[in-house]
Amino acid sequence: MAVAVRELELDLDAFEGPFDLLLSLVLREELPLREVDLAEIVIAFVERLAERGELDLDACGEFLILIGALLELKARAMFPDEDAELSELEPEEAAEELARRLAEYRRAKEAAGFLRDRLDERRHLHFRLGPAPLAPKVERRLAPQEPEKLAAALRLLAVEPPAPSTAHMALRFPPVAQFVERWRSLLRRRTRFDFDQEVDGLSRVEVAVAFLALLELRKQNEIAIAQSAPFAPIRISRADAERSLSWKAHLSA
Amino acid sequence: MESTPLRLITTEASPALEVARTLEALLVVASQPLPIEDLAAAAAVDAEQVEEALEIVAQRFAEGRSGIVLEHVAGGYAFRASADASEACSRLFEKPAEKGLSQAALETLAIVAYLGPVSRPEIARIRGVNVDGVVSGLVERGLIAEGGRDDEFGAIRYRTTPLFERIFGLESLAALPRVDDLGDDVAGIRERLEAVAEKRPA
Repeated sequence: MAVAVRELELDLDAFEGPFDLLLSLVLREELPLREVDLAEIVIAFVERLAERGELDLDACGEFLILIGALLELKARAMFPDEDAELSELEPEEAAEELARRLAEYRRAKEAAGFLRDRLDERRHLHFRLGPAPLAPKVERRLAPQEPEKLAAALRLLAVEPPAPSTAHMALRFPPVAQFVERWRSLLRRRTRFDFDQEVDGLSRVEVAVAFLALLELRKQNEIAIAQSAPFAPIRISRADAERSLSWKAHLSA
Repeated sequence: MESTPLRLITTEASPALEVARTLEALLVVASQPLPIEDLAAAAAVDAEQVEEALEIVAQRFAEGRSGIVLEHVAGGYAFRASADASEACSRLFEKPAEKGLSQAALETLAIVAYLGPVSRPEIARIRGVNVDGVVSGLVERGLIAEGGRDDEFGAIRYRTTPLFERIFGLESLAALPRVDDLGDDVAGIRERLEAVAEKRPA
C-alpha cells in the first residue's frame, strides 16, 4: 500500500494535522510559511517511509514535488524584495551579485576567525562579572511577628461583608389609604377644609399622596373640590354638604 | 668609614599617587569596566588627572608583576586576573558566556559586531541560513542584545553588548580589524567563479 503523502500526520510547532491541510492553509495564506519548519516535515515523511520498510517511489516523487514547492515559496516569502530584483538580472549581473554575496559572507567568516583567535588568546583570562550593587540596599527591619495576629487580621477580612443598604434609594410613600381615612374623619367633624392648611409642614411626597387621596375620594363622589383660580387655595367639602347647599340655594331661588 | 647617603623613601604624598590609590579602590569594587568620566566623577578629579593616575595603576598592575592586571576594555578600565593565574581561576570559576561558541555563533556575532544594529533577516541573508536559534543563543549568553527596530518592517535589530567587548578584549567596536582587510574582494571571488564555470562541460 502506498504512503499517502497528503495524509501524512504532522506535529510541528506552528501546525498540527495532515499534510494536505497544511498545504491548503499555506496556499490560502492563512498560515505564514516562514513559521513552518520544513525540515520537520521531511523528517516526519522519512520516518513514515522507514516504518514501512520499503521504498515507495510514487510517494517519494510526490513528496519531493510538494516539499520543493513549499521550499521555494518559503524562500520567496523570506526575501520578497530580492526575489523581484534577482529575477530581472541578466546572467552577467547575476554572477556579479553572487560574487558580491559570497564576498560578503567570506568577510563575515573572516571576522568570525578573528573573533575565534581573540577568544583563544583570552580563553584563560578571568574577570569579575555580574552586576555590582551601586548603592547600599536599605534593609527593612521588621519587629518580631506573631502569626496569631496575622491570622486574626485575615479572619476579619474573611468575614462576609454586610449587604449594602439601599434604603436611601427607595422613595417612602405613606399609604394613600392613610390620607383617605384622615380626610374622611376630618369631613365628619367639619363640612369643609382648606387643603393647603391641612398639608402644611408635610414633605413633598406626603403632600402628593395626600392629594392622591383627595382624587380617590372625589372619584367615589364623597367630596367636592373647588379652586377659585389657578394656585388659589384648594377647598374641600363633603359631597352631600355641597349638594344640600346647592339644594338650599335652589330652594331659596 | 665613608658614609653613603641613605635613600629615603619619600613620604610626601604626590597628588597622582593619591588619585591612583582611589582608582584602585574603585576598580576593585566595580564588576564592569569603568569609563574615565565615571572614575573622574567618583574620585572628584578631572579626566586628565585620572589618565595620569591610570598610568601608575597600569604599571603596578601589569602582567608578570601582579596577580591582578589592569586592562582597557569595553570603553573603560577594569581589573582582571593575570594569565599566570588562569589555571587556578578555572578550577574555581566557570566562563559560561563564551563556553562552546559554535562557528555559526561566531559568524553571527561577527556580522552583528560589524553591521549592527542588524535584524535577523539581514543576518540570515548574509549567512544564507536561518539564524533564529543562533541569535537567541547569543542573546541568552548576553553577547548581543536588542537595539531598536527595523524602520521598514519593524524587525528587532541586534547589537553587541559591553560583555562582548570585554570577553573579546576589545576597547570598543572600533578595535575590530577593518572589513576591507578581511577576506577576498569581489573581483577575486569573481575570477574564481569564472574559472570554475569554464571547467564545467557545456
